[in-house]
Amino acid sequence: MSVVVADSLEQALDALAAAPHATVLAGGTDVMVELNLGHRRTDAVVAVARVPELCSWTYDARRATVRLGAAVRYAEIHADPLAAWLPALAQAGRTVGSPQIRAAATVGGNLATSSPAGDGITVLAALDATVHLVSSAGRRDVPVGQFTVGPKRNVLAPGELIEAITVPVARGWQGFSKVGVRNAMVIATANACLAVDEPAGSVALALGSVGPVILRCPEAEAIAAAQCDVAARRASPATVAAFAEAAMAAARPIDDHRSTAAYRRHAVRVMAGRLLRRAMPHE
Amino acid sequence: MTDVTVRPVVDGRLGTSALRPDGLAKTQGTFAFSGDLSADGMLWGATLRSPHPFARIRSIDLSGAWQIAGVAAVVTADDVPGKPTYGLISADQPVFARDVVRYAGEPVAAVAGDHPETCRRALAAIRVDYEVLTPLVDPELAIAGAEPIHPDGNILRHQRIVRGDQDLVGEVVVEGTYEIGMQDQAFLGLEAALAIPDPGGAGVELFVATQWLHEDLGQIAACLDLPADRVRLTLGGVGGAFGAREDISLQVHTCLLALRTGRPVRIAYSREESFYGHVHRHPARIWMRHHATRDGRLQRVEARFVLDGGAYASTSSAVLVNAITHAQGPYVCDSATVEGFATRTNNLPCGAMRGFGVVQACFAHEGQMDRLAEACGLDPVEIRLRNAMRTGDRLITGQVIADVAPVAECIRATAALPLPDEPVGGRDGDPLRLPGGAGLTADVGHIRRGIGWGVSIKNLMYSEGFDDFSTARCRLADGSVTLKFATAEVGQGFVTLAPQIARTVLGVERAVCEPIDTTIGSAGSTSASRQTWMSGGAVLGACRAVAEQVVAHAAQSWGVSTAEVELVDGVLTSPDGRQATVGELSAGRVFEATFEHHHPPTEDLDEDGQGNCHTAFAFVAHRAVVDVDVELGLVKVVQIATAQDVGRALNPLSVRGQIEGGIAQGVGLAVMEEIVQTDGRVRNASFTDYLLPTMLDMPEVVAELIEIPEPRSPLGAKGVGEPPCISSTPAVLAAIRDATGKDLRRVPVRPFDIAL
Ligand SMILES: Cc1cc2nc3c(=O)[nH]c(=O)nc-3n(C[C@H](O)[C@H](O)[C@H](O)COP(=O)(O)OP(=O)(O)OC[C@H]3O[C@@H](n4cnc5c(N)ncnc54)[C@H](O)[C@@H]3O)c2cc1C
Repeated sequence: MSVVVADSLEQALDALAAAPHATVLAGGTDVMVELNLGHRRTDAVVAVARVPELCSWTYDARRATVRLGAAVRYAEIHADPLAAWLPALAQAGRTVGSPQIRAAATVGGNLATSSPAGDGITVLAALDATVHLVSSAGRRDVPVGQFTVGPKRNVLAPGELIEAITVPVARGWQGFSKVGVRNAMVIATANACLAVDEPAGSVALALGSVGPVILRCPEAEAIAAAQCDVAARRASPATVAAFAEAAMAAARPIDDHRSTAAYRRHAVRVMAGRLLRRAMPHE
Repeated sequence: MTDVTVRPVVDGRLGTSALRPDGLAKTQGTFAFSGDLSADGMLWGATLRSPHPFARIRSIDLSGAWQIAGVAAVVTADDVPGKPTYGLISADQPVFARDVVRYAGEPVAAVAGDHPETCRRALAAIRVDYEVLTPLVDPELAIAGAEPIHPDGNILRHQRIVRGDQDLVGEVVVEGTYEIGMQDQAFLGLEAALAIPDPGGAGVELFVATQWLHEDLGQIAACLDLPADRVRLTLGGVGGAFGAREDISLQVHTCLLALRTGRPVRIAYSREESFYGHVHRHPARIWMRHHATRDGRLQRVEARFVLDGGAYASTSSAVLVNAITHAQGPYVCDSATVEGFATRTNNLPCGAMRGFGVVQACFAHEGQMDRLAEACGLDPVEIRLRNAMRTGDRLITGQVIADVAPVAECIRATAALPLPDEPVGGRDGDPLRLPGGAGLTADVGHIRRGIGWGVSIKNLMYSEGFDDFSTARCRLADGSVTLKFATAEVGQGFVTLAPQIARTVLGVERAVCEPIDTTIGSAGSTSASRQTWMSGGAVLGACRAVAEQVVAHAAQSWGVSTAEVELVDGVLTSPDGRQATVGELSAGRVFEATFEHHHPPTEDLDEDGQGNCHTAFAFVAHRAVVDVDVELGLVKVVQIATAQDVGRALNPLSVRGQIEGGIAQGVGLAVMEEIVQTDGRVRNASFTDYLLPTMLDMPEVVAELIEIPEPRSPLGAKGVGEPPCISSTPAVLAAIRDATGKDLRRVPVRPFDIAL
């Protein structure tokens, strides 16, 4: 078994070029669980958690974006200054596991695992984040909505890394909600992220754990754009109800040992309605 | 100037909150749990388990495993030298399945190898040819006469209780069906053991985390066909038990592999394997019909209990009797018609778990008391006070409650405890305090608060004629006491209590416990809330016998009669004023005594469920306050208030620890803890999906100890381990019903039960 603990992006990419099927290890909070349970076997590991380029972030004031290195941890994301720019991602990050997990878990690892219940991904989807991929062959950018293609499946090619994720800074109210059977440290039965873009007068809504991938809700978003007074933060009860119904209609949940499809649909309706009301407190 | 008070007596006596001797090591991570055991030249063992809930084994091909380098032994049912089966009450469970597997997870073979990875590969290389059969998973089908899945049949026990007026119909009649899911003990210290063979395989020594060393010893010796004196057990550090270590799990496998290889062998389960490796709390379905007068006096209980025991008997028959004999709860009730079944199915085997059948009964009878309160127009506290049993009242088995029975006191004291000062929706706008917690699902306006009650009676010690005695030895030399017993310390604190007893009786400061092993007589199981009473009684008896010897020695040297010598707080005094301390008198001398404590005998139940089958009882009341997000069905348990009948708090800190821990388990069962099985397959054998309460789920606990010393108990104390987890569960459910107005009759309650 070979293990490369990379100190630079270049070293990581070289190692991956030499062993394209190596397991990329960031915080290890998904990888180690899979290895320990025997769900994954590996003979080569490239550890990226110490690669400075991946562990850092930059704030671009002119574009109003934050570029998060793939190995930035949730513990850092749910604290200021990142939390002030990316409040919904901070809220989602706060729900990931326990303090110990958040100290290790990275946003890139969350995205690369591509679980339908990945909490950070729901936020990235609502914010139309851009995923920057890199390999020894070069770089490419993928909209987050096209990154994940199925449960635990994504477009990463062998030898390719997530280098960073560019996320727009909040341009209005945004928030994340997650239903689980426990008040902390729980896999989402369903989650949702709503983000208002005030200048554009639009509302985005993404749902997790209710489909094979994170889902956006175009119909609900259209209702909000048409019926909410975004500047005045105003929405009628009828608008909130219609928005919530449309969100529920977008969900494609299943029954499993964690919950039922019927409850998940219900939870989506409730969460979507409440999120819109938080965003638009005035009737 | 202040007076200097000379402390007349030693620290750490009974009634003080003496600290655990292993507390610091446990908090600092240096305590050796049995999972930390190792030995030179040790091999690793691992177990092959059936993937099917029910299948015939056509053949087992071990050749692949033998071909893997580093494999030292591969064993199956054919290699078990002695009795092929074991079991606590009836030996119906195979060491390894031979012709048929009866639950998913049943051991089929075991290997020993030079590395865990070697073992993993060896297990993967074993080919078992199964003919998969349709599993029996519905207990009602087992009762209805489904094809037996075991030679002993599908009914593990059927017992009825018939008492009083069988035709009585109350002015008020309420009925309901209640369901309890399968709870796991979920101890943190996983199953682990280390076996070291004697040269030539003449015997074996086992270090293991267990609840009852001597019971393990007997079962291991029988399966290995060794004389009992060739099997020695020492307690490994135990990281929690809660009933899950009462049955054999890896004991026989580990010893067998060690004897086969002639080398030390260690087996340690993973979390997933642990879910398959031990028995669980019985899932139950209970129907009850209560008859009462218009003013809410309980007259008759009708009930039908179905407890699913899963594939093997374990303690199912005792659990069932506990359940049905507690059907009336802590209330006076003259007539009863109760029927109970413990069934055998192809589900996971069930057995002991904290509360032992009474958890199930209590969930049902407390639901009924709330229904009765509503039907009679009484509040939940009033109906319970009106029916509260007292010393001298009878159980539906005819047994008279001879114990202190402060049921009304517990209820009143609980009612007097302050309600949470935390407003609905939490303090300081902290969203983490709302139902849904970190998920930020609710705003304060979505929350409704509810209050609910639960009160219970729990038997202490073993029942139905069982003599679960305990043995202890006290040795006094040079002013220090050494105590020896086989009482399994599983976290309950007997290693703290035993020295407290010695310090109190003998007045010496230094009192230590020897290793806990089988070189002394049995202590019985650390279960049934019994060790403070039983092993406490044994240590007390041994210490008193030593005290008598010291007194006799002093009397002799002073030339007076023993009756004239007084021993108070470690100081002996003669009538003429001569004094000596126990320390002085034991300088260069050894006093030693061994004592067995037995409780008064109990009886079997007759065909009508009549008989003095239980030893003693303890009582407790719980009041739960919950906040519920009704629309999403999410719950935050805000507070549990409780007053518990403890007899005497010999170590108040320990008692409070039991109360808080038990409540955590009771809350867990109420709102989240359940092993989910579909067609006999476990769906959530991990802590990712078997959810335990976190700090955010754990309520504030306000507890009052009702201290009325129990004259029948050697130290005046009652067992305190089980009651906290019994009525806390129905109290939480009642509070959720109160908040939501929904007729919820199942635990754990799931969000969709509330929301949809
Ligand atoms: C107890 C516990 C609780 C958890 N709770 C939650 C939760 O509430 N919500 C949630 O969403 N998740 C949860 N998780 C899952 C996990 O913590 C997150 O998905 C986390 O963000 C993964 O990040 P990591 O750095 O640990 O990833 P790793 O485990 O190191 O890697 C995960 C995957 O991503 C790949 N990978 C990592 N970095 C890169 C990269 N830069 N480029 C390409 N591929 C990469 C790895 O090869 C692997 O396939 C939990 C896990 C545990 C153990």
